[in-house]
Amino acid sequence: MSKELEPLADPGLPEHIHRKADIDPIAAKRAERQVAILFSLSAVGTLLFIYSFFFIKVDQFIFLPILGNTNAHQLGIGLGMAAGLFFIGIGAVHWAKTLMPDQEVIAQRHEFKSEPEDRDAFVKAAKDGAEAAGLGRRPLIKRTLIGAAALAGLPGVLMLRDTGPLPGKELEKTNWKSGTRLVTDPGDRPIKASDLEVGAVAQVLPELLPGQKRTLEDIGKDAVLLIRLRPAEFQLDEERLSWTHEGIIAFSKICSHMGCAVALYEQTTKHLLCPCHQSTFDVTRAAKVIFGPAARPLPQLAITVDGEGNLIAKQPFTEAVGPSFWERSS
Amino acid sequence: MSARERVAGTVANYVDERTGAAAWMKKNLQKVFPDHWSFMLGEIALYSFVILLLSGTFLTFWFDPSMRTVVYEGSYQPLKEVEMSAAYASTLHISFDVRGGLLMRQIHHWAALIFMAAIVVHLLRVFFTGAFRKPREFNWILGIGLLTLGIVEGFLGYSLPDDLLSGTGLRIAQAIIQALPVVGTYLSFFAFGGAFPGEAFIPRIYTVHILLLPGIFLALITVHLMLVWYQKHTQYPGPGRTEKNVVGYPLMPVYMAKAGGFFFIVFGVTAFLGAVASINPIWLYGPYTPGQISAGSQPDWYMGWLDGLVRMAPPIETHAFGHTISWNILIPGLIIPGILFTGMALYPFIESWITGDKKEHHLLDRPRNVPNRTALGVMALTFTLIALINGGNDIIATHFSLTINQIMWFSRIGIIVLPPLAFVITKRICLSLQRADRELVLHGKETGRLVMLPHGEFIEIHEELTPEKRYTLTQHEQPKAIELVTEDAGGVLNPKGIRAKLQARFSAANAENIAKPTAAEVKELEGGHH
Amino acid sequence: MKFISKYRRHKGALPILIMLALTGLGFTFSAATAAPASNTMSASAKSTLVEEGQTIFLKGCSSCHGLNAEGGAIAPSLIGVGAASVDFQVGTGRMPMQDMSQQAMRKKPVYNDEQVAALAAYVASLAPGPASLTNEQITWERDGNTADGGELFRNNCAMCHNFAGQGGALTQGKYAPTLMGVEPKHIYEAMITGPQSMPVFSDKIITPEEKLSIIKWIKAAESEPNLGGASLGRVGPVTEGLLIWVFGLGLLIGIAVWLTAKAR
Repeated sequence: MSKELEPLADPGLPEHIHRKADIDPIAAKRAERQVAILFSLSAVGTLLFIYSFFFIKVDQFIFLPILGNTNAHQLGIGLGMAAGLFFIGIGAVHWAKTLMPDQEVIAQRHEFKSEPEDRDAFVKAAKDGAEAAGLGRRPLIKRTLIGAAALAGLPGVLMLRDTGPLPGKELEKTNWKSGTRLVTDPGDRPIKASDLEVGAVAQVLPELLPGQKRTLEDIGKDAVLLIRLRPAEFQLDEERLSWTHEGIIAFSKICSHMGCAVALYEQTTKHLLCPCHQSTFDVTRAAKVIFGPAARPLPQLAITVDGEGNLIAKQPFTEAVGPSFWERSS
Repeated sequence: MSARERVAGTVANYVDERTGAAAWMKKNLQKVFPDHWSFMLGEIALYSFVILLLSGTFLTFWFDPSMRTVVYEGSYQPLKEVEMSAAYASTLHISFDVRGGLLMRQIHHWAALIFMAAIVVHLLRVFFTGAFRKPREFNWILGIGLLTLGIVEGFLGYSLPDDLLSGTGLRIAQAIIQALPVVGTYLSFFAFGGAFPGEAFIPRIYTVHILLLPGIFLALITVHLMLVWYQKHTQYPGPGRTEKNVVGYPLMPVYMAKAGGFFFIVFGVTAFLGAVASINPIWLYGPYTPGQISAGSQPDWYMGWLDGLVRMAPPIETHAFGHTISWNILIPGLIIPGILFTGMALYPFIESWITGDKKEHHLLDRPRNVPNRTALGVMALTFTLIALINGGNDIIATHFSLTINQIMWFSRIGIIVLPPLAFVITKRICLSLQRADRELVLHGKETGRLVMLPHGEFIEIHEELTPEKRYTLTQHEQPKAIELVTEDAGGVLNPKGIRAKLQARFSAANAENIAKPTAAEVKELEGGHH
Repeated sequence: MKFISKYRRHKGALPILIMLALTGLGFTFSAATAAPASNTMSASAKSTLVEEGQTIFLKGCSSCHGLNAEGGAIAPSLIGVGAASVDFQVGTGRMPMQDMSQQAMRKKPVYNDEQVAALAAYVASLAPGPASLTNEQITWERDGNTADGGELFRNNCAMCHNFAGQGGALTQGKYAPTLMGVEPKHIYEAMITGPQSMPVFSDKIITPEEKLSIIKWIKAAESEPNLGGASLGRVGPVTEGLLIWVFGLGLLIGIAVWLTAKAR
């Protein structure tokens, strides 16, 4: 290195400055007292915990600023536990800082690299070992071993086979069939067209057959949102318009993006919003996506009325509901 | 010899005769640890992990990881006789019918948030100070592994109570699995034991959450710490601190008292939060059913940036040959995080390739002295932060009178424009700080005291720095750019071709620094002043 | 009488007088005509109320909603919206609107209860619509069921108003307001009239009894004390994350700085 580029010299570790407690016995005594007080505060905290645990009723409430009307039992044991732990820590640190030696010490580092002889010896030993085993000379053994080891992992994967059934066509099926009545969720009451005013919505599910029980898996596929608009507000093609009934239109409530329940309906704008990722669908245009990450409209359920005037499904969904998957064709 | 000393001696003898531990202990009780607040960040994470183990064990005494339907009969009135899963009902039981149960639930959840936050700031400290350089690359990769597992473990943890919010989170996780090309549907059906939500998933992730992942954590943390121990801690530069030594306090007693005390402090702060601040009030969320949802459904913060990315994704799906690929899920949910985490894990090797630096480093960098790395870190941080903001866009919108659409567009554009901008600005700031350091070393500190010279000129008195301070500001090495060798002396083209060119380009950018003052310059000025 | 004359300039004096006068008038008429139901207002009292409502309407509402409430470029027609709608919109202070922003906000009502009643009577006289209600008619405490209400709330309301009724964001800056501190009758009226962005919840879809349950659940959520400490706004993980970074980690780092600082 040339003389001009030489960096500044290291002046070395600065001299150790003594703390007050090192030179002044009164200060040391004071620090000792402070540590003792901190430890005592911890004990007080633990006592508060014990008291609160046994003597504050679990349904006792206390009004405090910021916290509001808060459960006193929970607060008492919590604060007691917090103080019991916190002050032990603060005390210990204060002790270490003021009374334990604070002279910094220097330890030397050693290079991690082994001595060259050692390294060479190791490499040689490893090589000799491999040589002795004859791995290089007997390729048949090597190849079959690699093959067998790779195969041996397979049972581990295969054994997971029975964790679940094969999907089959499961994702494309729902419980909506031609003629299934729409019933309110919750309540399971059938719905007449006249039950809904313009601007009204209803969360509906397919009616249960006698003896049938509804599972969460069913709800996860069948949930439908019913919305009534003025028929003139629709901008639908002939077919989709025929899927509505007197301005009532039905969509799958399960988001075509990631499966959240899409049910934030804005009556003024006729938009449906998904609260998870803010995909926005235009109800008047068959739930076309107008904002957000969803790529497909919500599937529309064709509806009509039966002889008694109850709303029924005209046909099953014509596409799979919910998020996309590899086998989905459109 | 007092009685106590005799007992201690006997015990030590007993153990040593059987293990020979005394020699090892003697050496390690005097192990030196450098002292700096930023070296405590990893400890916060470690202690939170211990708190998580303790509080988690408590919770398992009552939690019933089952999705079988039960009717709630506990003491929380607004859910009386509501049908729910046993998992949800038992979480309500812990919250309201076990004394201290709610406190423990809240401590567990707060500790998880602190755990993740501490891991992130610890990682940032290691990154910006260059502590990941040789010989610590392996420990850096372990750390990235722990961060990734932490995100998964946290997600599984808050999914267990089977409330409306966590069920929504599971629904989204299931949609991501289902979106995987070719195998997605099958994986989802195997994981959930059939169609979503099924009855299998919560018991399964319970085992993973309380057994498998904590076990892996314990193993990885042990190795992580053993490496720190064995390789000795890095230290900040300063007088007397070199690449060959480590300056600090001995383990016994100072560091033991401080570190031990800090464990109690972290536990105390977590318990305080558990006492005064409500977290994850599952009784308000209600039990999960796929047909319900709450406005403002977000994940915990360490997943929030992923959710923000998913929210801002463009609505693209490919439908071809009877198959669907959901880019709107795969890109933000898997591809971008995959690139980010792989890039992070490989960064030590990338940097060493760029700089051509294969030396061991035990002295930390001051971030300003490595402008490129610092700028890159800030760039990545900006990216994540924008994603995180978008992950809470609905809450931000209602609280700051904005619209979700505005925030979404800000994020969509910002995530492309702002990170590079952050890079440029940070690099400029670093160089300015280097310039300021240079000024400081050469001309001293501005004191603000004005003095009128006899001929009427005003000058400001500059106070010279101490030699210690000067050394601290100038001790670092400044990298030189790698020179591009296109062809060797014999006219043979460099076989590395484009790679060499890239390396030279990056290396040149990395070497862009303000020249630090040399001893000669300082001396010259000193002569001039006096 | 000194006691009464002392309060003659009180700001509540006029409405009280009007009330007394109307009641008196009503009683007189009902006594004179010997009507069986004393609860319903007599025809002429009603018409007085309508006239009064029309006066208020012309002064305060017609500039936007049209002289005959037929609607205008910036405001919808009020024909057929019913008294319930007026009671909700004006009674919660949403109408008259302060500015033509995205959405009318709940604020201190401009008109007092009597004026609201008069306005409602006027709008109801234009065409039939849902009748307004009094808080006494909303017997949620007696007829509601909290747990059922919670189920209904999560199915029908939580998606916009959040799991605890704290409100939430809609598209383009619109929002679902918080339900905390809203009068029971106004909650009920909102469900049957569907104000602004909110859809209508018809009585056949959510029965009147179920609506009372929803109100009971909302009131339970409103009065529920903080079971686990500060509620952090009951908006989910966003505020929790904010607290842990700002307070939790901030405090711990602060302590770490103290811990490693040299003692003097």
